[in-house]
Amino acid sequence: MTAVSYEVSHLRALEAEAIHVMREVAAEVERAVLLFSGGKDSIVLLRLAEKAFYPAKFPFAVMHVDTGHNFPEVLEFRDRRMEELGARLIVASVQEAIDAGKVVEETGPRASRNRLQTVALLDAITKHDFKAAFGGARRDEERARAKERIFSFRDDFGGWDPKAQRPELWNIYNAHMNPGEHMRVFPLSNWTELDVWQYIREEELEVPAIYLSHEREVFERDGMLYAVSPYVELLPGEKTFTTAVRYRTVGDMSCTGAVQSTAATLDDVVAEIAATRITERGETRADDRFSEAAMEDRKREGYF
Amino acid sequence: MAGPATNGKVHVDSRPSELVRVATAGSVDDGKSTLIGRLLFDSKQILQDQLEHVERVSTERGDGYVNLALLTDGLRAEREQGITIDVAYRYFHTAKRKFIIADTPGHEQYTRNMVTGASTADLALVLVDARNGVVEQSRRHAFIASLLRIPHLVVAVNKMDLVDWDEAVFDRIVADFSGWAAKLDITDITFIPMSALMGDNVVDRSKNMDWYDGPSLLYYLEHVHIASDRNLIDCRFPVQWVIRPMDDEHHDYRGYAGQVASGVIAVGDEVVVQPSGRTTRIAGIDTQDGPLQEAYPPLSVTVRLEDDVDVSRGDMICRVNNSPTPTKEVEATVCWMSERPLSPSGRYRIKHTTRTALAKVDDLRYRFDVNSMHRDESATGLALNEIGRVRLRLSAPLLVDEYRRNRATGSFVLIEESTNDTVGAGMILGADED
Ligand SMILES: Nc1nc2c(ncn2[C@@H]2O[C@H](COP(=O)(O)OP(=O)(O)O)[C@@H](O)[C@H]2O)c(=O)[nH]1
Repeated sequence: MTAVSYEVSHLRALEAEAIHVMREVAAEVERAVLLFSGGKDSIVLLRLAEKAFYPAKFPFAVMHVDTGHNFPEVLEFRDRRMEELGARLIVASVQEAIDAGKVVEETGPRASRNRLQTVALLDAITKHDFKAAFGGARRDEERARAKERIFSFRDDFGGWDPKAQRPELWNIYNAHMNPGEHMRVFPLSNWTELDVWQYIREEELEVPAIYLSHEREVFERDGMLYAVSPYVELLPGEKTFTTAVRYRTVGDMSCTGAVQSTAATLDDVVAEIAATRITERGETRADDRFSEAAMEDRKREGYF
Repeated sequence: MAGPATNGKVHVDSRPSELVRVATAGSVDDGKSTLIGRLLFDSKQILQDQLEHVERVSTERGDGYVNLALLTDGLRAEREQGITIDVAYRYFHTAKRKFIIADTPGHEQYTRNMVTGASTADLALVLVDARNGVVEQSRRHAFIASLLRIPHLVVAVNKMDLVDWDEAVFDRIVADFSGWAAKLDITDITFIPMSALMGDNVVDRSKNMDWYDGPSLLYYLEHVHIASDRNLIDCRFPVQWVIRPMDDEHHDYRGYAGQVASGVIAVGDEVVVQPSGRTTRIAGIDTQDGPLQEAYPPLSVTVRLEDDVDVSRGDMICRVNNSPTPTKEVEATVCWMSERPLSPSGRYRIKHTTRTALAKVDDLRYRFDVNSMHRDESATGLALNEIGRVRLRLSAPLLVDEYRRNRATGSFVLIEESTNDTVGAGMILGADED
């Protein structure tokens, strides 16, 4: 026999962990759904779901919480991927929640539908009676996330109680739920932004074009670059200009900032991320700049 | 820009790097947050906005210096109380390795958090304040590291700047700690004198301690050999999920999905499926990326068998001459994690690998006093954070190994039926352990 070292790279180890998590949920939870935003994390999540159940199709539907303020490139990408996979897509629409009078839209130049997503998400979870929703959140994203479990339980109101989390030991997950509870499951908990990009490159995954450098008409606000779009009003004095940008995160057009970048290939992106000096949320997400505990507060209300 | 993009060029600079899981522990104020902050900062993982945040908060608090410890503050309640409550996970990488740090608070009442962080760790990092030497907490941390069988233990003797970088102080702590550790099951201990605050021996070698010729902490973390800590001998493949596509292309396909717990599985191997005891051979190992000849921990794969034997979730595929005997009775060390104590006649769900059964506590043999190593045989329960030895009777057979031989198949959790909470962490003992 030849001597083999049985080496496993960190990406393969993270992949194996995520696949294990997804299979546990499929085996122990009645109805699960995979949350897909079209962003890089959910793209990786989708690939892991394919791998976990290959050669069968993954045994859950896919759900997009649609703010109505999407990048068109992302919607096009979403629909095409669903068709390729033959997956069932559920769209939970924020617009519908607004139209039904369930939520009131913020107004003014800084209006965002970010927080409204929570209502659409929780409604859809209740309507379809989903017991588990896979999300692409990572612990390196934000300080409250750093403390969240991989299996994260939500009460009747969708709320998260950081102090009442179950200990998670070894790779043994306790999926037993109380009536009215559901859980969010985060298979990418231990991935960093760089891991995600390295994996996308290694797997040659397709990403929406907005992740790579492109020319776009933007304006500057609070030190961030926003796309000119029908969803954002300019404030007095804000001037638009065209420059080469790319996105580090994909969210609502109204609160997701672009970064100036000439990274046109996945290799360029990996190199750029490896060298970056600012976190993705700090650089590109207005939603996390509200306060010291913006994310923690939204999570307590039932956010992703 | 036209159309979505993929990139044909791959694997350019993606050399394989290893994943290393570290659990940290220290008493309050030993400098754990400062050390982690320093490690992240000096290895350039702290980004500008995070640093600005820390600078701003340091000023608001009147710290008088950039308090790197603030980098690891998580929840609001923690910031308000100035303590860490829960396990927090931190990530950093170097060219060689990616590290996951399970940062566990050191207070006595949070033993359960350290056990949680330690359960998956390759390496434990325990802090000792050079001025205080080995204290009760340090002993507890070393004990938990040995109980959970973390293969490597690093003792960071911190705040050496406050003891004039004195070699004698360091030597005394090393002797003290080693004396205690000799009673434990720890195979590999390394002591590093450092100053987390000033950065000595964290990333760079200290210029203040010429007498120390060992590695800096980061150097050690990058080089400690962990690949061989895996059990590559005893083949154990707990079946998680049966894959049956039932489409035209894979009409008769039946695969068993799981994560290799230990050992190596190879195509052609003669295997036994437990608990039925049926034998067959491995027909193939599948992944979406193509078939494999062999699979080993921690890979998640799908296995096909040559014969049409009945296999379902909770079964375990093992080698014919090396497989656990199904048992309905286990002896185990249990760490209790709930405010409602373990009762000597309690009934719980037990989850072991992918199998769940019911367990009744048959006997609470003793409670362990972590500080004195004393066994209290008169104990009538286990309270939160207490550790004891129990005998459990099970409703269905489990396929267990001794924890000290196999972390994956020697561990289990106890789940309270009425609340669904995870209340206990268990480690299975061998016949000769006592
Ligand atoms: N002089 C000195 N002070 C230190 C050192 N490491 C930490 N400290 C200080 O010790 C105090 C407690 O540190 P902290 O990291 O918050 O401790 P933790 O409770 O273990 O996280 C802080 O005031 C630190 O600045 C060190 O190496 N030398």
